[in-house]
Amino acid sequence: MPLPTKFPTRSETVSERIVDFMEHLRSQGLRLGVAETHLALETLSEINMTNPDEVKLALKSVCASDADQYAKFDDLFKAFWFNHTRKIERHDPADKPANKSHWSNLSQNDDGMISSGVGKQDLPDDESNEGEEASQSGEGRLVASEIYNINKADLREFMKPEDQEKAKLVAEKLARAIRDRRSRRRRSALKGAALDLRKIARKSISTGGVPFKLAKRYKPDRPVHLVAILDVSGSMTVYSRIFLSFLKGLVSADQRTDAYLFHTQLVKISDALRDPDSFRSINQLSMMAQGFGGGTKIGKNIEMFNKQYAAHSVSSRSVVIILSDGYDTDPPEVISNALARLKKKGCKLIWLNPLKGWKDYQPVASGMAAALPHLDLFAPATTLNDLSALEPHLGRL
Amino acid sequence: MSWTDLKSDLSNSGYVATDQLSMALHISLSLGRPLLLEGPAGVGKTQVAKTLSEIKNTKLIRLQCYEGLDASSAIYEWNYQRQLLAISASKENSEPNEEEIFSDKYLLRRPLLDAISQEQSPVLLIDEVDRADEEFEAYLLEILSDFQVSIPELGTINAISKPHVILTANGARDLSDALRRRCIYSFVEYPDKAAELAILSKHHPHLNAHLAAQIVGFVQALREEELEKVPGVAEMLDWAATISGLGINDLSDDPVSLHATLVCLLKTQADQASIPTEIAQKLVGKAA
Repeated sequence: MPLPTKFPTRSETVSERIVDFMEHLRSQGLRLGVAETHLALETLSEINMTNPDEVKLALKSVCASDADQYAKFDDLFKAFWFNHTRKIERHDPADKPANKSHWSNLSQNDDGMISSGVGKQDLPDDESNEGEEASQSGEGRLVASEIYNINKADLREFMKPEDQEKAKLVAEKLARAIRDRRSRRRRSALKGAALDLRKIARKSISTGGVPFKLAKRYKPDRPVHLVAILDVSGSMTVYSRIFLSFLKGLVSADQRTDAYLFHTQLVKISDALRDPDSFRSINQLSMMAQGFGGGTKIGKNIEMFNKQYAAHSVSSRSVVIILSDGYDTDPPEVISNALARLKKKGCKLIWLNPLKGWKDYQPVASGMAAALPHLDLFAPATTLNDLSALEPHLGRL
Repeated sequence: MSWTDLKSDLSNSGYVATDQLSMALHISLSLGRPLLLEGPAGVGKTQVAKTLSEIKNTKLIRLQCYEGLDASSAIYEWNYQRQLLAISASKENSEPNEEEIFSDKYLLRRPLLDAISQEQSPVLLIDEVDRADEEFEAYLLEILSDFQVSIPELGTINAISKPHVILTANGARDLSDALRRRCIYSFVEYPDKAAELAILSKHHPHLNAHLAAQIVGFVQALREEELEKVPGVAEMLDWAATISGLGINDLSDDPVSLHATLVCLLKTQADQASIPTEIAQKLVGKAA
């Protein structure tokens, strides 16, 4: 039986209209199932259905299930019941740009392929499109796949914000891979996988030898502390922006991570990197880095780091990452001594060299050669792919 | 009972609820669904449950969630000490009777089991559910959908009466979709000026209208400032009590003692430092 309602007449009954409304909400990203539709109908029987305000209040408490949905429900309600559906469609892309571009990418897949054959394209959309293509082909690891198409490009070519964003994401993943460590020893705790027999035995004394309270043990987290030192001297300026984004990723993944940059002097930049406005801070830092971009004193700067910061920020649970091309103006003994002293702290040393990815590269620069014996890992950082390929190595350190 | 009746009942018991909240509560009561209240601290989420139990004239059973809360402190636990005593006492006479030991007598009822074994539907308040662990949340789902508890030694205990469940959360952790789906949802925000005035006059009816408006205006202006801990409704009421206790009749009269009373509203050192006397006076000016 069609009920007399003042709803616009597209469907006949109240239930059909509610089903349509639920469909509308679903299309706007609310997660609603059949049970919710049923609940909504049940709700309507509890209230005065002819009063739109009342219906709105009631459906809002049934359909919205978190603060975001709660905030946008009123608009969605108005758009559907008061026939402003066209308006909401115009709203849609602005509301959810990520979602929108995702769909457009999928539909443009073929075009993207063709244009990639014709020449170099600059549209960020197309790039991410190709990235998706690559990830579907099953090539590479999880980090590598998302940035497949740009892996061939030398990092010098990255000046666009999207690329910096990608470098940041790679860094965040790396930081997570390095950081998550468990202790080998167990500690007693409220929850845990293993029983703490010693504690159980001790506690059972007071109950006549009967163990009531089962104490547990677990392995606590022993996160690794990351320290990144970036060379921004003249020879490295071309890489500095992208490496700064990389550092920003490392720093934002964990509050304890420290970052420094050096040219002729050493500057601590972790606080600047934590600035919530990423492009402002990166631009600021890049300017700072460029302003100095003169000669390199790697050895002297690492020595300075040893003196000023290493005492309290480097321990045996630290991983020190040095990003530099190894061209040093100091005699090689300086860098060798400085690294040896840093190594005595018990930390792991990683040297990422953007030149190493080049064909036929040999670490013959005297500074680099002197540093080699002290390093736990010497890896290329020529492309973003190189950086993401570090993940398994870092996990093993 | 319609939702407007419920709203006026709440108001008579001293709780000024928005339309949205009264509607959500009404639906949750009439459909027998749990009500999930989210919102910043100090907006009166917990108070909803307390007031509801007053209106319904039933017991309020409260389960305060915390990290590490487990089934034994939320649902039931065997009284081991007593069981052991019974065993050692019966040793001299006869064999201990196992059925006797795992009987109701030796069962310690915790809030959740307690709530489903009441004669009259109680109000079950599960406070700060987001502080409990995810495992506990999963267990909670079972109870909220079936209202039964299974105890291996006793069998399944079905609810004698269905409790009115109210859950509160303020975002310490994201709640699972499954839990959200089972609940009627309402987001409780800081009240607007008119609502807050109404709350104030409910609790402190003797306050003169000018001062009440000043107090509410001041607190509303204070919430706009960048604070670590925004003052809630409860703080506002405390402050109003302090002001009237001190015999202050106008906030702009005595800047020094006004500033001293701000300890009721600003609960961190940084917040207190960020609202010096001059800014407090500016806010009073704004409020007036």
